[in-house]
Order: sequence, then C-alpha cells, then structure tokens
Amino acid sequence: MTATRPDPWTDALAAARLLMIDREGLKGAIVRAQPGAARDAWLDALRACAPQDAPLRRAPAHIDDERLLGGLDLAATLAAGRPVASRGLLAESAGGVVLLAMAERCPAATGARIAQAMDGAHPRFVLVALDEGLEAEERAPDILAERVAFHVDLDGVRAHAAPQMGDDDIRLAQVRLAHMPPANEALIESICAAAAAFGVGSTRAVLFTLRAARAAAVAAGRDTVEERDLALAARLVLAPRARVAPAEPEAQAPPPDDDPAQTPEASANAESAADRLVEAVQSALPADFLAQFLEARAERRVEARSRGAGAAARSARRGRPLGARAGTLRTGDRLDLVATLRAAAPWQPLRQRESDVEARVLVRREDFRVRRFVQRLESTTIVVVDASGSAALQRLAEAKGAVETLLADAYVSRARVALIAFRNTSAELLLPPTRSLSRAKRSLAALPGGGATPLATAIDHAAMLAQSERAKGRTPLIVMLTDGRGNVGRDGEAGRAGAESDALAAARVVRAAGFASVFIDTSPRRRPGAEDIAREMGAAYAPLPFVDAGAVADVVRIHAPTRR
Amino acid sequence: MRAVFPFSAIVGQDDMKRALMIAAVDPGIGGVMVFGDRGTGKSTAVRALAALLPPMRAVKGCIFHCDPDADAGACTPDCPSRTSRAAPKTELVATPVVDLPLGATEDRVIGALDLEQALTRGEKRFEPGLLARAHRGFLYIDEVNLLEDHLVDLLLDVAASGENVVEREGLSVRHPARFVLIGSGNPEEGELRPQLLDRFGLSVDVKTPATIVERVAVVKQRDAFDRDPEAFVAACAQADAAVRDRIVKARARRHRVDVPEAVMERAAALCIAIGSDGLRGELTLIRAARAHAALEGADVVDMAHLRAVAVPALQHRLRRNPLDDVGSAPRIARALDELFDT
Repeated sequence: MTATRPDPWTDALAAARLLMIDREGLKGAIVRAQPGAARDAWLDALRACAPQDAPLRRAPAHIDDERLLGGLDLAATLAAGRPVASRGLLAESAGGVVLLAMAERCPAATGARIAQAMDGAHPRFVLVALDEGLEAEERAPDILAERVAFHVDLDGVRAHAAPQMGDDDIRLAQVRLAHMPPANEALIESICAAAAAFGVGSTRAVLFTLRAARAAAVAAGRDTVEERDLALAARLVLAPRARVAPAEPEAQAPPPDDDPAQTPEASANAESAADRLVEAVQSALPADFLAQFLEARAERRVEARSRGAGAAARSARRGRPLGARAGTLRTGDRLDLVATLRAAAPWQPLRQRESDVEARVLVRREDFRVRRFVQRLESTTIVVVDASGSAALQRLAEAKGAVETLLADAYVSRARVALIAFRNTSAELLLPPTRSLSRAKRSLAALPGGGATPLATAIDHAAMLAQSERAKGRTPLIVMLTDGRGNVGRDGEAGRAGAESDALAAARVVRAAGFASVFIDTSPRRRPGAEDIAREMGAAYAPLPFVDAGAVADVVRIHAPTRR
Repeated sequence: MRAVFPFSAIVGQDDMKRALMIAAVDPGIGGVMVFGDRGTGKSTAVRALAALLPPMRAVKGCIFHCDPDADAGACTPDCPSRTSRAAPKTELVATPVVDLPLGATEDRVIGALDLEQALTRGEKRFEPGLLARAHRGFLYIDEVNLLEDHLVDLLLDVAASGENVVEREGLSVRHPARFVLIGSGNPEEGELRPQLLDRFGLSVDVKTPATIVERVAVVKQRDAFDRDPEAFVAACAQADAAVRDRIVKARARRHRVDVPEAVMERAAALCIAIGSDGLRGELTLIRAARAHAALEGADVVDMAHLRAVAVPALQHRLRRNPLDDVGSAPRIARALDELFDT
C-alpha cells in the first residue's frame, strides 16, 4: 500500500462541502476540536457553502425540551392571556444548520430528542455537533454520532487557504446530483466489503459512504462515481468508525462463494475495488500507529458503549425528579415553574374577582411548588485480586467468577464492578468499572498469574480508583482478595519489611479517605500480618482459606453499601 | 407526511419481522423486545409494520381515538361515545406509532393537567400523554435499557392492564391505553432487569447481516427508497398488501385456531426442560404459536408452529447462570431437539 496520507484539512473542508451538497442524505457532522482557528475556519467554510438565507442556530448542550422542540410559550401566554405556542429551535432551523455547542456535555436525553427529530418527518436541518471533549469518554452522544455522516477531527490540524465552492457551485452540484443515475451494484458491494473489513456494522454508515461518494463526484463536476470519490467518502465516513484493523490480504479468508450468478471478473473487480477502498481508509488513519490507534479506538468504543450507563448515572446523581411538592422557596430549592402555575391555574377566576391588582396570573405563596429529587445511590465494587504466587491462577479464576456473579446481580442493584489484579511490580486495572456482564466476560477471558506481591501498589491503585468513582457520585467498596503477604514495596523493590510497612501506609490512606472495604484473607492459616492490614484499612476482615466465587460474592453482598 | 419504508422491502431480519407480525395479530402477547446494534433497522421495521396495517375505525372527536366497539363506555366522560346518546360517528385513522424519547418525563408519558386551558380559562382539563396517543397502536422505545426504571415499570403496568390511570394534580382520569410495546436495546450498554424483561412477550436478536451479499441488498433497497420514496413504495405496494392481508386474516382466524392437547403438553415439557420461571412463558408460547399458525393460514397449531416461536417466546425468561457462556437461544434449541426428535 503506497497511498500517501491525505491532508486532513483538505478532507475536513471536503466534508463541509459534501454536507452542504447533500444535506438530507448526509445529515450532519461531529466536529471534534478545541475552540480555535481551525474550528472557526471550518465553520466559516461551512457557512460559505450554505445558502445565503439559511438559518444557522446555535443550541447549547443544556437546552431544555421546550426550547428545543417547542411548546407553550409561558411568558407570551401569560402576557397575552391566550395560549401562544412557540416553535422549537429545531423547527426554526428548518433548511439551515443547528450548531450543538459543547456536544460532549450534551445529556443523553437531549441527544435522543435531537436524534428523534433527525429521524422524524421534518428534519430538514443539518446538525453540526461541536465536540470539545479532551478525553476519550467525553464525546458527543453516540446516538447522534450514529446519525451524522462525518466525524471530523480537527485536533492538531492547521487550517490553510484552500479553494472552496460558493453556494452557486453547490446549487449546480445539487442539480447534478438529482439527475445522477442510481449506484451500480459493484459500487455498493465494495463499500459493504470495506465496511465489513473495518468492523463497521451499521447500515447507516454504508449509506452515508455511498451518498458522500456521489456528492463528491458531483462536486468535482462528474456524473459517475470514480474511485477517488469513493476513497474520499470512505476516509470521511468509514475511517472514524473503524473498530477493527482489516485482515491482511494474504491472511484474508477466501470470500464466501455464495453468489455463483456473478461472473468471476465482476466479482474480482468489486473485490479489488473493495481492497483499494480499504487502503484509502487506512491511509486516513495514522500510518505508523494504525495498530495502537485501532486498539485505542476499540477501547473507546467499549468505553462509549458502557457510557450509556454512565450517563444515566450522571442524571442519577441529581436524582430522578420525584415531582414537586408545595413549599416555600428557601435557598437551594428549585421552583418548578410549570407545577406552580398548574397549582395556581384553577384559582385564577376566583382570585381575579377578589383582587384589585391588574395581573394576568395571580400566583400566591401557597402555589409554590418546589422540585424534589430522589438520589439514587450507585455503588462500585472494586475487586483487588492478588495474582501473585502459586495459588494465583485458582484465586484469579474464583475472583473472576465472583465478579461475574456480582455483575449478574448488578442490574438489580445498579452496581458496577471493577477488577484490579496485581503481581510482580505493578497493579493493573483489568476491568474498568462496568455494569455489563458481556464486557466483563470479554476482558477477563485471559488473566496472567504468578510472581511477586506488590500489595502496597495495589492498595494505592484501588484507593485512586475509589476516589475517582466517588468523584462520579458513586459509593466505592474495595474488596481485597489476598493473603496479605506483600513482598514488593511501592518503589518496586523486593523485601518483606519495606513492603509490609508500605502496605500498612497505603491501607491507612484507604481508611482516612473513608472508603468501605473488605479484606478477604486467602491464606490457609490466619496470620497477624493480614489482619493488621485489614485493621489499618478499616476493612471488614473475612478469612476465606478456600476461596470460591460464591463465597466471595456473598461476603461482598453483606458488606455492600446499602442501596437505594 | 414522509413516505415510510415498506415492510416487505426489508431484507432479512426474519425473526424480528415474524415477532412483530405476531404482536400485530395478537397484541395481547405483550410486546416485543428487540436486541441489537444501532443501524440494524429496528425502528424501520416497527414503523414499516404500523404503516402497513389497515386503518382503524375510531370514534370521531375522541382524543384517544378509541374503538367504537371495544371501548364503548370505557373511555373518558368527554368521549363522544359517552356524551351523545346516539351511536357515535366514526372515522378511519392510521395505526399510530409513538416514539418514546429517552428523556421523557412522567408528565409527557401519562398525561397531565392541560396548562394552557388552566391558565387561560381556569379550566381543569386533562392533556393526554404519549400513552393516549399510542392507544391501539405501537409504542416504540429505543434503548429501553437506558430508560429510567420508574418509567419502564409504569409502561409495563399500563401495557399489561390496557388502561392508564392518572391521579395527579387534582385530576382523576382513566382512559384505555392498549398498545404493543416495542423496546429495543443493546445488551452491552447495561442489561435490563430480568423482571422487566420477563414482561415482554417476545424477544428477538437482530444482527448486522453476515454476508456482503445481504448487506448489499439492504443498502440497495434503502438507496432506491431514499432516491424516490413514492415510486419505491408504489413498487412494493402489492407485496405489502399481501402482508397486510395475512395479518388481517390471521386476526380473524386466531380465535378459531385450535391448540391440540399434545401441543400444550409439549409446550409445558419444553418450559420444564429449560427451567423457565412461572407460567407466563408457557402462556406466551401458546399464544404466539396460535398467532403464528393463524399467520400461516393453519387451523390447528402443530409442532412446527411451536418450534418456530419457542426461542422468541422463551429466550428471555431463562434463569441465567452468569458463569455459563452459552446463550439462552442455544439452550432452547438443544431442549427442542431433545424433545422433538424422540
């Protein structure tokens, strides 16, 4: 493969152009970038392609439903004394562009509303989600990412002057697009094959690629899709969605011969076209780091998948609204305006009669309704398992079993489970906090064991994770599964004495932070050392010489923070 | 109104299509849960099926588009069927498909005091929610597993009782709300509580088409539809009409379809063999088999019908051993083989 890495800025501009040519088919873009020159330049380019009179509305990520979808305009209704409906921002943006600012902060619910509008009968707006996330898990809602064609990443991209199309050219291209003959089968086949090679399962992605290729062709003034159009489309649509690295051509299994009707040449043609497409996508990925890149992305996908639950937890921290109750407005209470008006409404005719104040609505103190929330306590059980020494494999297997048993409970109790294993000189987070059993099964498939025991490092690691879970509003529970005989200190030096004092120091940190913990002693005979560490941790001590998954899970259940 | 992708043009996904059709024939089965990745055509199938169903006769002027026969007298006091002495006028309306957005509030789902009327006229009126709109149609919830638990409970409760009871803000309203609940979700994004899962009648898995050939076919159909929706719909009209015909006939035939004792025994044996909890599994299995037989034009349920619906009717009701990697479907398949091949 010799394709040179295309200039990302040129590609990004192409995305803006194609988006404006086929607005209905391509639906939008997610622009991942910090605010800055590159993003501004991209938005300028988009604006330059948009029709002159097209509205461009900016929606903040925390926009409320009334504003987004429209509803009763309360202020105007009260002023006019008759119902005044307001149009939502999405309706106002018909024919134009909705800019969703700080899309990475956009709640899943808002994302779902926008997605519904995009799927619905009157979308007719282009969504540009400005994603300013820094970390992998800070991203625009997946439900939107799925529904827009382009994911443009402008991080580290420098804008430079490039020829652009004016809106006249765009109109011309649109006319041409409308008269384009339907796509031939070989074209669709090569896109499908390329999508399959990169593990892109969604039919939307394939359709977006097809649309983008057609738009690219008309943008270049052609009536048929050529290979470079397809390559551009694949780079823009498929590359950001890639989940797996394609198999090397040599290693590739022969394609299933399930289509005997097709002539060998035609099939071979489609096949080689697909191969070239795969190359094009690969060229859009950083060449040297393809493997790592894809790995990170796969990681990110997994992250994203479990994030759904995380998002729910975020809203849960504020608690689910439990309706409003009558109350006075003290500091910190939130007035539920609509509920207050509802409470006041039936009395209006009566009050109007006895009042001498000219007002549309007479709201009295007893009408005040204050929002209430139910806090949902979520917990994260952090299982820290000793993977060192000879009994490691057995212990690991039982720890894994315990994790899965706990997760099987998790959907009842809304608990998350994480697993840290430690051996030799380090502790490793094998399973980040998750509620998904299928994910746990995947990550815990193979666990290495044996070696020295870095107990202090493991406790530090657990405390750090517990801290970050607490910061997310969850209650952590640390479960140690070890015989407590550390022999590697925090500095990685072997030596029993140093290791034990380090472990005690680490344990004290856990107690000082107030994390609930359980210490399951797996040594065949009780020893004071393990109990000391348990005491310093403030942990419940449970000697369990014959570890088994069920017993571990039981111990955890007993000590788990009370839920709900 | 934008054209809807025709049901008959959906490539593959036979399990999902069959489950949806069974639910359309017998809404009492209790909804369908569809598991699968994004972009596999779940919502397309639901919308397509609803668009294909024949229009329903409804009481004219009723906000719940209630059924003049079944709902007579059961609707709210405002309904023309109760206010007028004469037989109410009726009209034909399309089968509704209501989307429940993830962030929907309880207000919007069950209905609330009509603020507009209350503020401007001081009248206490009920503003129907999404449940009212979904009456006699489909309520589609994308990503059910992300929905707040209390809302799911509420939905399942209404779906099971067929009636929405609102007692809030000084309102006291009850109105019929019979709908087919269709949930979709991705199991990797957090699982559904088993007690919720159990309340769905059928459950199916949809997957991305495995072969390139099938994927190409999917894309071709969709592309052709997007390019010229009207022409595409017209081209599929006949095939869609055939499906509609089957459903309409099956609805009428369902009540006459006989379930022989032997089939019932086999169904019970199957449920015992796989250890499904409670009787709901058996009841659903029989009902689904009957609806399926009706769709096939049969007068008597035979073993093949039972087999065809066993996995969707039971796979979500098995008590799972978390350490067992074998999915539920293979376990049922194994039990089926053992029971039927002897």
